[in-house]
Amino acid sequence: MGVVSSKIGNLGVVTTSLETAVNWARTGAVWPLLFGLACCAIEMMATQASDYDLSRFGMELNRASPRQSDLIIVAGRVTRKMAPVLRQLYDQMASPRYVIAMGDCASCGGVYNNYAVVQGVDEIIPVDVYIAGCPPRPEQLIHGILTLHEQMKGERFSQWIGKDAQKV
Amino acid sequence: MSVHIAKALDPVEAMRKAHADALIDVATFKDEVTLIIKPETLVTVARYLRDTPGLIYNFLSDISAVDYFNPQGGYDGRPERFAVSYHLYSMLYNRRIRVKTFVAEEEPHVPTLTVVWPAANWLEREIIDMMGITFDGHPDPRRLLMPKDWDGHPHRRDYPLGYEQVMFSFNVEDIIKHKPNAKDGQEENTRQ
Amino acid sequence: MTLNVLERDAQKLGEGAGEMSSGQMATWEGSVEELRGLVSERAMTGETMLLNMGPHHPSTHGVLRLLLELDGEEIVTCLPDIGFLHTGIEKNIESKSYEKAVTLTDRMDYLSPMSNNAVFSMAVEKLAGIDVPVRAQTIRVICLELQRISSHLVWLGTHALDMGAMSVFLYAFREREKILDLFEMLSGQRLMGSYIRPGGVWRDLPAEFLPALQVFIDDFPRRVKDYESLLTKNPIWIDRTQGIGVVEPDEALAYGMTGPTLRASGVNWDIRKAMPYSGYEQFDFDVPLGEHGDVFDRFYVRILEFHESVRIIQQAMKNIPGGAFRSENRKFVPPPRAELGRSMEAVIHHFKLWTEGYNVPDGEVYVAIESPRGEIGCYLHGTGGNKPRRVHFKTPSLMHISSLGKVSQGHMIADVVAIIGSIDIVLGDSDR
Repeated sequence: MGVVSSKIGNLGVVTTSLETAVNWARTGAVWPLLFGLACCAIEMMATQASDYDLSRFGMELNRASPRQSDLIIVAGRVTRKMAPVLRQLYDQMASPRYVIAMGDCASCGGVYNNYAVVQGVDEIIPVDVYIAGCPPRPEQLIHGILTLHEQMKGERFSQWIGKDAQKV
Repeated sequence: MSVHIAKALDPVEAMRKAHADALIDVATFKDEVTLIIKPETLVTVARYLRDTPGLIYNFLSDISAVDYFNPQGGYDGRPERFAVSYHLYSMLYNRRIRVKTFVAEEEPHVPTLTVVWPAANWLEREIIDMMGITFDGHPDPRRLLMPKDWDGHPHRRDYPLGYEQVMFSFNVEDIIKHKPNAKDGQEENTRQ
Repeated sequence: MTLNVLERDAQKLGEGAGEMSSGQMATWEGSVEELRGLVSERAMTGETMLLNMGPHHPSTHGVLRLLLELDGEEIVTCLPDIGFLHTGIEKNIESKSYEKAVTLTDRMDYLSPMSNNAVFSMAVEKLAGIDVPVRAQTIRVICLELQRISSHLVWLGTHALDMGAMSVFLYAFREREKILDLFEMLSGQRLMGSYIRPGGVWRDLPAEFLPALQVFIDDFPRRVKDYESLLTKNPIWIDRTQGIGVVEPDEALAYGMTGPTLRASGVNWDIRKAMPYSGYEQFDFDVPLGEHGDVFDRFYVRILEFHESVRIIQQAMKNIPGGAFRSENRKFVPPPRAELGRSMEAVIHHFKLWTEGYNVPDGEVYVAIESPRGEIGCYLHGTGGNKPRRVHFKTPSLMHISSLGKVSQGHMIADVVAIIGSIDIVLGDSDR
């Protein structure tokens, strides 16, 4: 099923399903929470800067408050001291909320297999997209974000409202 | 206005003359001089090195602690288990020196150097946290890097690295139990 | 109850994670009593306000937590709390051979990985007695100065961004992309290349590197003028930075400050001049000094350091000596792959070095170099075997954050943001 179901002449009218339209609109402005921890944060900042512009995806605006953001890009190594902070921030986000684990440290603990680093942020919060790399290139981060957009476009209303709704 | 700069003294000779009782040994390795002193004389020696004309080691570069723990017993030929090294730098005479003390394993403690250089504050806090050596008289002996309710001192050699086991088929169930939020397969969310 | 995600707690989370109810939310509990002696007595009665800034906050350049005691808007006490990025790198290096440990050192000060590599490699070279050919030394100087420019660009971008000047951030990162392209030519990776290794550098300069570097160096001074035209004479910038966070020279020395932060207070100490390493003595460059030790001076010293780094790179590029790019001592440096097909000793050395590594004497050394932030020192103690007994990095950011409590007293919260930006801290550097 595509975005356009039928186009009537050149009246400029497009018919589609409500879910598709809403999801398309949602992917156009996913606001990330400012959560850069370590080296991956520098690559995230480079992605938001002018060479690999994240503004074209509507994501140039980093919200400092978790209540105002949709997406948390965990960029960098999460240590055991930082883990409760991350959990508290995730809990404060309003659903629908998404998590991208950027880089090897957030996905699986990365180079550091020791007492201080949480071996993958999915020990604490559910992750939607994992991006590998140490640090991942900006193109990889953009690919991860587009993969998340694909996921978002596939969501259904029945997941959010109605008797079968799951808490996201 | 002319400033009189005293001639540079040889630190080993000066120490032998002024504080021969504090000095246990002198080591020279790869053109670095190490003065091994008794722990209780630390503050006196530090003040001497900092204030004497001809020495003026005015800058504290680093404080490092080493653990000579050997699982087979003994301390690898060293007198005690722990050693704390203070790296000093003299900007006037452009030279470095290391002052080292050996600290016993039971109740390791050393006087603090924050009274001589305030820079020692956090460097010593890190050693309190990571090696478990107490610095007597330290103004703020809280943990620095680890969470405040952490058990143990990670930089000690008998502290385990704490690594996660490599995932094989026989232990995959145990490891997955610690990752409750890992989603497996995304079929329900992909675009139809 | 602090939620520590240790093994036993992860299982607790695991049971509740399916519902993700608010009962599982992590909470902090503590009492003001813990802070007795650290904050003034007025905080105990509630006369002054205790404000927690961080660890997640846009203006702290990483995960730094500041506990501020505020009298209105003015700061009475500032207690920094670090450790949120403590990765256990030093302990992890103790379980790796010396060649493999270089990759771990990259990630400490993640804005200048080559400096971390360089200080560790130099410590290993001093301890084990590995020679470094002159070509490798000049290449190292070029890499370290490029790294200084790239790190100062990030500093400039984020400092200006914190103070509200967003265009400078975009301009600085545009220049930085060009430097990252150069690094990618050298080591295959934009950041974290592990290019500088014990004995020299990993591989020789590729053919396209020097022309691209020339293009960048010819263009760069004009860009620095652009940044200066935006900031240096800007009245808002001057108002926000002059007279803020003044550090006297003897105070700065007592607190262990080094690098541009110290030089802004007027102390003329640069390790590249005082104890030159890696061939720095042959290059002609000045060391910019400040006068007042305020935020503006710390900013301006780094702007001038851009120009000095360009000078050094131009001189280094003119005559790069020929010869080997890494030591030929096969007891320490693995042979190039082309040799493996021809020589049996090369195969044996390759096998021995990549599986077990080389043995290093049971002694201790301390090597310090001038990283973009200040003096980074590596204390290395060998065992006589193939793994280190102890490696300790004295990082400049640790000393600078510890002085924050003193420097920010009496200022307002917005000034704290300016001060943190000017002392140029990187939390990976201070926490390791």
